[in-house]
Amino acid sequence: MARINIFLLLLVVMCALGAVNSNHRARKLFTELEAEQKRLRDLDVEWGQLQLEQSTWSGHARIEKIAREKLGMRTPLPGQVMLVESSNDAPSKATALPKAD
Amino acid sequence: MQSIRFTRSPLLSQRLPAWRQRLLLWLFLSAFAALLVRSAYLQGFHNVFLGEKGRARYERVIDISATRGRITDRHGDVLAVSTPVKSLWAIPEDVSLTPAQSRDFAKLIDIDLREMNHKLASERDFVYIKRQIPPDLAEQVAAHKYDGIHLQDEYRRYYPSGDVTAHMLGFTGTGDAGQEGIELAFNSQLAGRSGSRRVIKDRRGSIVEDVESIRPPVEGKDIALALDGKIQYLAYRYLQQAITENHAKAGGIVVVDTLTGEILALANLPTYNPNNRQHLVGAQLRNRAVTDTFEPGSTMKPFTIALALQEGKVRPETTIQTAPGKMTIGTATISDAHVHGLLSVAQVIQKSSNIGTAKIAAQMSAPDMWAMFDSLGFGSPTKLGFPGEVGGRLRPAKTWKPIEQATMSYGHGISVTLMQMARAYQVFARDGDIVPLSLLRLDVPPATGVSVFSPKTAHEVRAMLELAVQSGGTAPQAQISGYRVAGKTGTAHKVEGGVYANKYVSSFVGFAPASAPRLIVAVMIDEPTGGKHFGGDVAAPVFASVMAGALRSLGVAPDAPLAPLQIANAEVVKEGI
Repeated sequence: MARINIFLLLLVVMCALGAVNSNHRARKLFTELEAEQKRLRDLDVEWGQLQLEQSTWSGHARIEKIAREKLGMRTPLPGQVMLVESSNDAPSKATALPKAD
Repeated sequence: MQSIRFTRSPLLSQRLPAWRQRLLLWLFLSAFAALLVRSAYLQGFHNVFLGEKGRARYERVIDISATRGRITDRHGDVLAVSTPVKSLWAIPEDVSLTPAQSRDFAKLIDIDLREMNHKLASERDFVYIKRQIPPDLAEQVAAHKYDGIHLQDEYRRYYPSGDVTAHMLGFTGTGDAGQEGIELAFNSQLAGRSGSRRVIKDRRGSIVEDVESIRPPVEGKDIALALDGKIQYLAYRYLQQAITENHAKAGGIVVVDTLTGEILALANLPTYNPNNRQHLVGAQLRNRAVTDTFEPGSTMKPFTIALALQEGKVRPETTIQTAPGKMTIGTATISDAHVHGLLSVAQVIQKSSNIGTAKIAAQMSAPDMWAMFDSLGFGSPTKLGFPGEVGGRLRPAKTWKPIEQATMSYGHGISVTLMQMARAYQVFARDGDIVPLSLLRLDVPPATGVSVFSPKTAHEVRAMLELAVQSGGTAPQAQISGYRVAGKTGTAHKVEGGVYANKYVSSFVGFAPASAPRLIVAVMIDEPTGGKHFGGDVAAPVFASVMAGALRSLGVAPDAPLAPLQIANAEVVKEGI
């Protein structure tokens, strides 16, 4: 009788320690989860800021200004444009339109 | 010395009085009983209050903020985005800054020292010192740990394209709620709803357990507009150029995809920078394309002609006598700018003859014309959801006098918005039907619209509109190299105080490529004062520049030879006003 009681007592103590342990681990994992979720939010914020930055740098006004002033680009004159047929059945070939000048 | 053992202590032999023992026993028992009663009371009856106090030691309710949705253009480029910033606030009573500290602090956050001291001297419990400061500056402020000065998380909305998309997007107020444009029209979708949850925090302040979610947060939905960033920029830029050149008061432009009814661009001038709205005036805020009506003038003529063709009253080659260039209806006289003589119906559009249009309109009944205007959407708002959208003025047919029917046929006595005009021109750009306009990107284009005219009529009018931009028409400047263009100019006197003033509204509405229309561009320039005021001189060049750029950016195949245009030598006909 006494042996069984001691055995059961040991079992109860072990279970109790196990419960404490798993609770502790759950809390640690939860803290990690929280940290990851915070990182998710921070990255989302950063993404928004990067998108904002990209939109600012790639603004059409800025691109046009650089293309025209820095790179000296301009719209091609009608005689300088070449049309490329994109139909799939016919072999694509570049056709130069008659130059107007 | 003889030791005395405890068991043999002589003191033990002395008997104590029995009552002392009993008294002590009862005292202890009653003390235990008191403790039992007390603990039963605390555990069983008074537990609500204590439980709350206990939980307050380790449980916290934390807010989960939700971000407002982003607005992107049709290609996913960001047009509006919310990003966290901090606001500085203070409890004036608690603030104890030395004069030197105040000076440094004001300098750090870049505000006027006197203004700050004035705020801190106020009687209120809560004052904002500076709102929406960038996060890195907030960290510097936090590092100083000034007493009574606190930081609060807020969101600030940024619009990277600034004034180019100002009227389209609108803006949000400090509470992150939409106040104008898309921000207001789609506020319910864009706005997130912050939530809260109850958690257990440990000694170091990190969350160790989730107790319950009190209210789940709802993130704002992202919105993809139909807007095309590149076309929007082109539209804005060329409109601005035209307004500067013609010293105009204001202007508007709308670009619509004829295949889907999507609004690819919408710009108005004067405009504002939504990122810095400190010196806004009402005129800058007006989204003219949808809130301001004007008498369209000749851009209305094609609809009258289309109805006459549809009803079989005329054929494109039917001739109309427009000489002597004046016509009296009742007591009023209408006139053309030039005497044209005998014109075919197609030439009436090409030369924009008021007399010709009025004579054709006289063959039709007022209710028929009203029904046509109504089904084109004139007189009723475009229902895009923009604040302040108006429907213009279209009076009931039974109140029309003959002179009014005549003037309405060429766009006077009726008022429209630019957006309505762009919508109505779908009938010619499409095959006689109208699809609803859409501010949002459509993944599935609407199948068919509401049919107003037959495809045959639409094609006949389209051919006439092509004549109008060619040599001998009113707007050769609307031509584009490589594409066939169709369109109509409009020039109207402005009505001020019920009479026509010597001020003009010049407009041009057209579409291209004429063989298979893809885009409609509607341009309106208000009060050009640079010496030119005809739609063909003022608005048509804007149309041509925007249309050429937009077609190129969309990769639309040219339907005409890429030859240099010979606009300079073209014969231009001044339209009647």
